Amino acid sequence: MKRIEAAFRRLKKQGEKALIPFITAGDPDLQTTKALALEMAERGADLLELGIPFSDPLADGPTIQAASNRALKMGVHLQEVLELAGQIRQETEIPLVLMGYYNPILQYGLERTAQEAKRLGVDGFIIPDLPLEEAGPWRQAAMAAELAPIFLAAPTSGAARIKKAGHLTRGFLYYVSVTGITGARQALPADLVAALKEVRTLVKCPLAVGFGISTPEQVQGLAPYVDGVVVGSAIVQRVARLKGPELIKEVGDFIAALKAPLRK
Amino acid sequence: MLPDRHGRYGPYGGQFVPETLMPALLELEEAYRRISRDQEFRREVAWYLKDYVGRPTPLYFARHLTEALGGPQIYIKREDLAHTGAHKINNTLGQGLLARRMNKRRIIAETGAGQHGVATATVAALLGQECDIYMGTEDIRRQRLNVIRMRLLGARVIPVESGSCTLKDAMNEAIRDWVTNVRHTHYVLGSVWGPHPYPMIVRDFQAVIGREAKAQLHRDTGRLPQCLVACVGGGSNAMGLFHAFYQDPVRFVGVEAAGHGLESGYHSATLVAGSKGVLHGAFSYLLQDPWGNIQEAHSLAPGLDYPGVGPEHSFFKDTGRAEYVAVTDLEALEGFKLLSRTEGILPALESAHAVAYLQKLAPQYGPEDIIIVNLSGRGDKDMEAVAQALEVSGDAQ
Repeated sequence: MKRIEAAFRRLKKQGEKALIPFITAGDPDLQTTKALALEMAERGADLLELGIPFSDPLADGPTIQAASNRALKMGVHLQEVLELAGQIRQETEIPLVLMGYYNPILQYGLERTAQEAKRLGVDGFIIPDLPLEEAGPWRQAAMAAELAPIFLAAPTSGAARIKKAGHLTRGFLYYVSVTGITGARQALPADLVAALKEVRTLVKCPLAVGFGISTPEQVQGLAPYVDGVVVGSAIVQRVARLKGPELIKEVGDFIAALKAPLRK
Repeated sequence: MLPDRHGRYGPYGGQFVPETLMPALLELEEAYRRISRDQEFRREVAWYLKDYVGRPTPLYFARHLTEALGGPQIYIKREDLAHTGAHKINNTLGQGLLARRMNKRRIIAETGAGQHGVATATVAALLGQECDIYMGTEDIRRQRLNVIRMRLLGARVIPVESGSCTLKDAMNEAIRDWVTNVRHTHYVLGSVWGPHPYPMIVRDFQAVIGREAKAQLHRDTGRLPQCLVACVGGGSNAMGLFHAFYQDPVRFVGVEAAGHGLESGYHSATLVAGSKGVLHGAFSYLLQDPWGNIQEAHSLAPGLDYPGVGPEHSFFKDTGRAEYVAVTDLEALEGFKLLSRTEGILPALESAHAVAYLQKLAPQYGPEDIIIVNLSGRGDKDMEAVAQALEVSGDAQ
């Protein structure tokens, strides 16, 4: 949690916005995920989001569904993702956020997940199918382990829920850009900027926006209105298409291109 | 009356969905509580149930089946005689009318056997609603006729090719659609599962089964039954039958699909052999691996082929209010043949599981006792599957 808070403070001081790339852990294998994570940290990522594979990722579009399936076939589960996070932590101080569905975390045990995550150097969790109403036990376990329970707000949420989410979240509030599932999109909703301006007036915590954002141009358009931008499927598409050093270089270059409009 | 205001049945149920859907669930709950109390709405539902669905469905005393089993008196609740051939329409009609009241012009649904899809498409045609049905490609193959029915009724059938290409995957896709189109779309969930308020809404619309059966048996015999038997996939026909008898001294038996046998790993016996977890918005029993990934369910009956179960059934299991058992594909086929030959009624393969278990229940009762079995659907849709299965077992005379 502290690393996330420190990162947003540092960026604010520098007049920068955070780039938060997402990849699925174990896609195509754990070694590649580690190499990608370190390359992204090197090339301009400010926080890293690692996906925990799950059989039924119902908030995700085809790109991340496929990545999740590839990782599951490699036998990657929550425990392997936690261990991978620990390995990444030994080489970089970049904030690490895990994103995963509730059932695998529930089966592993809420406290066990939180305590092991803390020990291995994870900083926060995003659980897309755990809305505020159901998040009590997890939030308690996470806070006890000084992990940030990061909540989401959506275009359908309305002011009251966004305020509540802003109050309960730690690290940052994750605003879902579209009424829909994850996946790179050509065009973002026309009213997104207006929505972000409104969210700004409702919450005090750092605000990040994600879902559908796939190009440096889109990042540039959103940068003035947020503290961070999440890019997932557009990176995962590259992971699906390329291999080896070529993949690492392509993703590194892409991260650099995405980060450029976030620097002042 | 459960659920509590958090949508819980004891520890089960809840609302484990993406934030985008939470406002829609809260809106649905509020609308349902308001609209379902409205006299005009109730009259409307009752009128359609009578003149369109053909309710009340008969409670039929199965004399020959009773004789064949040689024990208690068997009464059959004939949901197979409801319009579209299964109990599913009780729910889709209610939800279709609810969607109309909520000004949602488009409805979507998931389907496994195709019965819920057909029932949804039927209501969409009746009420002039746009309708998309998600169906796994494996189920599309197994239930070709129902696909044709849905298309003739004007629905789009959207093939789902992820995961096991069956009901659970169709449900994932339906939820993804709903997340995307939630502002003008109502999701017609097909069983007493999913996030609150669905298990409550579907139960309430299906409870007509038990209300009728209770009144019909009382009229004919002046008595309560000793036992109710119904198959359980998600559990809507069972919950629909059980609900009106909840306070009565009546035994509830839910029959799950043991597929190739519980020890084979190829089954859908969520309550008998599963463990607790979260799937499709609810905390309930489910089939999962040690890592919390959902496992594929298996059953000859596509309507039972789901790795989860309604949260209220999980509550009934833990409190002992109902008992849950499982019968194999082969036993279900025996049940299918038994009912066909004794009573001239071809049951749906799902319902055949409940019939099959009667053979195990009957010896526990005397001739004065009464068992009601819910015949949740008719077997026409399963002819190809049954023919194939009986041929494989060398029994197709």
